[in-house]
Amino acid sequence: MKINNTVLFIIKRLLKMLFTIWVVTTIIFFLIRLMPSNPVDRYVEEQMVQYGLSAEEARAKASFLFSMDLDKSMLEQYITYLGQVIRLDFGDSLLSPGVPVMAIIAERLPWTLFTVGFGLLLSFIIGISAGAILAYRRDKWYEPVVSGIASFLSSIPDFLIAIFLLILFGVVAWGGGNPILPIELLRGNYSMDVTPGFNFAFIKDAIMHGFLPIMTYTVSQVGIWVLLMKGSTISTLSADYVTLAKVRGIKPRRILSAYVGRNALLPISTEFAMRLGFIIGGSLIIEQLFVYQGIGLELLKATSGQDYPLMQGIFLIMTIAIVISSFLAEIFYAVLDPRIKAKEGN
Amino acid sequence: MDQHEQVFQTISQSSKWKKILHQVRYAIFHDVSGFLGFLILSVILILTLIAPVVFPLDTVSNVGAILQPPSSQHLLGTDHLGRDIWAQIANGGKDLLIMAIITATLGIFLGVMLGAFSAIVGGKLDEVLLLLADVWLSIPRLPLLVVLSAFITLNSMIFAVLLAILSWAGLYRTIRSEVLSLKERAFIEVSFMQNLSTSHIVFKEIAPNLIGFIAINYTLLMKAAIYAQVGLVFLGILPLEQNWGVMINQAWTQGVIYSPDSILYILAPTIMICLLIVSLVWIGKSLEDVFNPSLRK
Repeated sequence: MKINNTVLFIIKRLLKMLFTIWVVTTIIFFLIRLMPSNPVDRYVEEQMVQYGLSAEEARAKASFLFSMDLDKSMLEQYITYLGQVIRLDFGDSLLSPGVPVMAIIAERLPWTLFTVGFGLLLSFIIGISAGAILAYRRDKWYEPVVSGIASFLSSIPDFLIAIFLLILFGVVAWGGGNPILPIELLRGNYSMDVTPGFNFAFIKDAIMHGFLPIMTYTVSQVGIWVLLMKGSTISTLSADYVTLAKVRGIKPRRILSAYVGRNALLPISTEFAMRLGFIIGGSLIIEQLFVYQGIGLELLKATSGQDYPLMQGIFLIMTIAIVISSFLAEIFYAVLDPRIKAKEGN
Repeated sequence: MDQHEQVFQTISQSSKWKKILHQVRYAIFHDVSGFLGFLILSVILILTLIAPVVFPLDTVSNVGAILQPPSSQHLLGTDHLGRDIWAQIANGGKDLLIMAIITATLGIFLGVMLGAFSAIVGGKLDEVLLLLADVWLSIPRLPLLVVLSAFITLNSMIFAVLLAILSWAGLYRTIRSEVLSLKERAFIEVSFMQNLSTSHIVFKEIAPNLIGFIAINYTLLMKAAIYAQVGLVFLGILPLEQNWGVMINQAWTQGVIYSPDSILYILAPTIMICLLIVSLVWIGKSLEDVFNPSLRK
């Protein structure tokens, strides 16, 4: 019975996940194929007017470029398109002909995941430690100060934090010398003179190049973890089992780790997976600021260059990342907290 | 209306105003961050109102005074065309605020309508709307706006409306659950039992209890609108008008960041946007304390 409930829950969530991806795919198809003055029609027209191609030639060229058969009915085109998306085949990029969209995504996505993941993890570790300490030391003078800073940091936009960091590390010459980081040399993902691979020079270089984006994600996320963890710990501290543990004479350190910490962390940890997905979507501006060659910068390039296959591929991948991470968060939470399943099961 | 009723009415009116006045005073003065929030926002509003008259923008460029550091003549220095930066700062908040107010008003209207409707009607329709909202929430907002910009020519006005429509799902969900919990409360149950009309229940019984909730979400929506607007202006997707986001964009594309002398050109609008957003967040939190007494310390 118990297993049944869990399986039912997971199947329900899985269906919702697939439904979401289908909706987004359909929206994209609609935009590219059916909107008035959509890119396919525009391309055909352009070829006919500018290069004097016949309507058939232009359509054949467009069919090849967008990997759609324009002679088929709209429904058939839509079904073929869905089939391609399922196989993660988005065709070739328009700006760099012959390069599959998936190849570009596969090259860029790891860098975004690296900086976003690293930054998020760092902010999570710092934030929950600080939050737990603050919950314990509510009578100290620094509690309102740290909480104030946390609420300040959690509300300012991440790209403004990026600008501050850039000025702080890359522009201001502290004590009359050079700025701390040579930002002009830190564009891109790694320097030309290192060979990518598992060697020390490359890893060190990659971390140096990713330093400012990672710092940005850390600083912009840390505040929210502090506030969440503080609130969660305070409410756990007043729980009956904690009082009982104190009465039983269990050492405070052990109460902190085994009784309070673990239970306070539970509701927060699911936030982690959720945020991972959303920050990938928000990486656009940060990567543009630091000229970091991740998936966000690639989306901007694709948009300004009207590279529709690349654009739809990246947008869909971003959505899938968000959907999967919120799916994982829900499953994770349900496994840890049986009450959720019980509520959803009926 | 007879005499007694009139007296009764007057008393209840005056005590209602007293209550509102009391709530306003509490919202502004009960803690430091809330007070700072109201203070900062008032200063920005006053500056925005007087700026066109007191600190008019330089309309012509002055090639002789490009990227100057602060001086008595130019409080914050000059930009890449020799125009005064302080005047741009003073005038740069208006468009952002107007845009944010349009987005927030429209967005709240949409969210309340859909949320209340869905919670009261219930049934299959409620389920479908909830599923759609879930789906909608997992579409990344900023990338969607960037992708849309390839298909639609955006200007601030279209963008404000678009943003309000795009943010329906989050508000719909919170307002729906708020109305659902209100529905469980005794006074609403009684009005259902009395067979009062749905419109009476929505507008006379439920809506007044949502005011606080709406006020809080209004500030949050304004914050989100400013974030999105400034972000897209920075990316060069929205057309350049006169606001702080545009100043950041200009300063950035002019490479100001690499010349420490004129760093104020990029720093000043950045700080202004931070102040505006933080003041909105703090006001929202302070309003939450007023309308959600259970959260008071």
